[in-house]
Amino acid sequence: MAKTVFIKDTAITGKDRTRDFYGLFLGVLREKGLDTTIQLVRLADMGIYSAGIAVRVLPDNHLYTQVGESDIAGIVESIKTGQPYQPRLTKQASTQMRIVLRNCGVIDPEKIEDYIAHDGYHALARCLTELTPEQVIQEMKTSGLRGRGGAGFPTGMKWEFTRKSAGDQRYIICNGDEGDPGAYMDRSVLEGDPHSVIEGMAIGGYAIGASKGFFYIRAEYPLAIERIEKAIKQCHDNGLLGSNILGSQFSFDVEIRLGAGAFVCGEETALLASIEGKRGYPSPRPPFPSVKGLWGKPTCINNVETLANIPVILFKGGEWFSKIGTETSKGTKVFAVTGKVKRSGLVEVPMGTTIEDIVYGISGGAMSGKSVKAIQTGGPSGGVIPKDYFQTRVDYESLQKMGSIMGSGGMIVMDEDDCMIDIAKFYLGFCVDESCGKCAPCRIGGTQMLRLLEKISEGRGVPKDLEQLAMISRAMQKASLCGLGQTAPNPVLSTLNYYRAEYDAHVNDKKCPACKCSKLLSFLIRQDKCVKCGMCFKACPVGAISGNREKGYVIDQEKCIRCGQCFEVCKPAAVLRQ
Amino acid sequence: MEKAALEQEVRQIADSWKGKDGNLIMVLHQIQNRYGYVPRNVSLVLSEILNVPLARIYEVITFYHFFRLTPPGKHTVSVCMGTACYLKGGPELLGELEHLLCVKPGESTKDGQFYLEVVRCLGCCGLAPVVKIGDKVYGGVKKKDISGIIAHYSKEAEAKAAA
Repeated sequence: MAKTVFIKDTAITGKDRTRDFYGLFLGVLREKGLDTTIQLVRLADMGIYSAGIAVRVLPDNHLYTQVGESDIAGIVESIKTGQPYQPRLTKQASTQMRIVLRNCGVIDPEKIEDYIAHDGYHALARCLTELTPEQVIQEMKTSGLRGRGGAGFPTGMKWEFTRKSAGDQRYIICNGDEGDPGAYMDRSVLEGDPHSVIEGMAIGGYAIGASKGFFYIRAEYPLAIERIEKAIKQCHDNGLLGSNILGSQFSFDVEIRLGAGAFVCGEETALLASIEGKRGYPSPRPPFPSVKGLWGKPTCINNVETLANIPVILFKGGEWFSKIGTETSKGTKVFAVTGKVKRSGLVEVPMGTTIEDIVYGISGGAMSGKSVKAIQTGGPSGGVIPKDYFQTRVDYESLQKMGSIMGSGGMIVMDEDDCMIDIAKFYLGFCVDESCGKCAPCRIGGTQMLRLLEKISEGRGVPKDLEQLAMISRAMQKASLCGLGQTAPNPVLSTLNYYRAEYDAHVNDKKCPACKCSKLLSFLIRQDKCVKCGMCFKACPVGAISGNREKGYVIDQEKCIRCGQCFEVCKPAAVLRQ
Repeated sequence: MEKAALEQEVRQIADSWKGKDGNLIMVLHQIQNRYGYVPRNVSLVLSEILNVPLARIYEVITFYHFFRLTPPGKHTVSVCMGTACYLKGGPELLGELEHLLCVKPGESTKDGQFYLEVVRCLGCCGLAPVVKIGDKVYGGVKKKDISGIIAHYSKEAEAKAAA
């Protein structure tokens, strides 16, 4: 009856109580004499957040959340019988399907034995002993897997192109430069299941005829780097990397190269320049990296999530994989659902799931008391999708039709308090900061658009500005050198398209409907509601509120800096924000 | 530090990467790990060892946000300004930190205790808004928590802990 119990305090604030709870749990196990048959493990991350103490029992796969001290005895009893302990049993949303995240939070990422026990490296062994590289590529084409980095290019075809390019040396690169602010699925896979990415790379290397692979990982992800380093070493020790892998003719090795905080390096030509030790400037395509890549040799660049899919596809067959998802987009996609949402975290669903199912069904909708306004996918390169369109099924094409993109899978939920001009300004500011400056449309166009947006958010906008925004956007889309510049106007265009009324309110009425743009706000005290408590008077940092507890209080508009402190402290809601 | 001693130290770092193509960024990472930033005299020595013009080294350092040319404070305070953190109040936390430490992002406090910076997504968006001090990540931070967190790392608190 050897069973394993995972424990983790999933509260995101306050002291981590995992260790204390572990001690209590162990105490109960000892009492019952079960501490030798039940293994207790403290986890660093379970993929669930804000659910109190979480306990998962394997192999029964029972998950309990909000577990208290009084529940321990009941859970231990249930482990003995194999029947779930009902009071704290939590059902995980059934619409999720874990392929990429299959091992995250299930295995110990630092143990290669754990990965192998979960069918790890079986696919690599199958490729090396049963399949020719051409057959591997054919299997990938059958699966219909498309690149998960954002653009969605069919992986099988990319491999084929690279294989067919002439060259004495070929390279495969894992793009782990996850720069989209608000997306962290690559980090979770690298940290939670490093071996699956290495296995995917080794299979890719075999298929395209590469003997060398590179990991390009953000320097901001120290744990991911550490885990990959450890995993590479374990592979060497076990003959899974190096020369004559598993006794075959195939030799393959990988190295790690670190990013250094440049968003543009996620673009493949810029990434190549960075690995070569240069500034991360993109270069025009063609020639594509599959023809002329790293140091001029044919190179295949795959995203982390793409590579994590590969071992499963080769283990279960392309045919199996192609049955999941929609006509054009196969398999699953991991989304990082974050922002103003009740349960933020990683979600893996089959392609074709509706946005509604993800945002409301799995993630629980908006945080208390508010309603969801829109989501944003694809980060700085994507666009917003208003809640009226939440019936849309997520796949590459339908998101593009909506004026957004799949991107790497960030899904930011916004509520009624978020101003669309502010969002557009945020993303554009990001792109301006991260623009490498090589080509003029991106460098100059971005800056000018940001200025226009600042002007609008400060109430100095004129109707012509909106036309100008659209015009610069078109120029940037057409004339920029790389993907960063071509897609940077997307957040502006999509907000202009869906929320024109909000732009008009800023420009014509000088009002921000979401009450976010501070320059357009004014604060007033409604004398009919005021209870003369004096809280606002105390809170005001600039002394703009005058009066006393008998007469009541007024705000001096000249002195007011619109910080909103009085609005926040007022209990009877007598401060009017407009 | 003496030039000879410095040279030996830098050579040690560079040697593990010598002969590998595209090693410059990796060497710079190790140098920053060692010194906290990339000092000019180290760049000079490195230029000789790797046989790369100093201009090429500076070209790379100034392109990437990660590399620093000035020494950081004792504790680096990083405020995440990824989308999730931005929406959930990152800018307010930054304002509070600027106010408390009397510095702007990219500056160190006068006593050299803190260096304030804005970062693009630490990859823990589920915990938004996030502030990182050194290697410790604080999630779900509220404006009122900031002073308490900072006090933890102040000179006084450290002196107390040492005693």
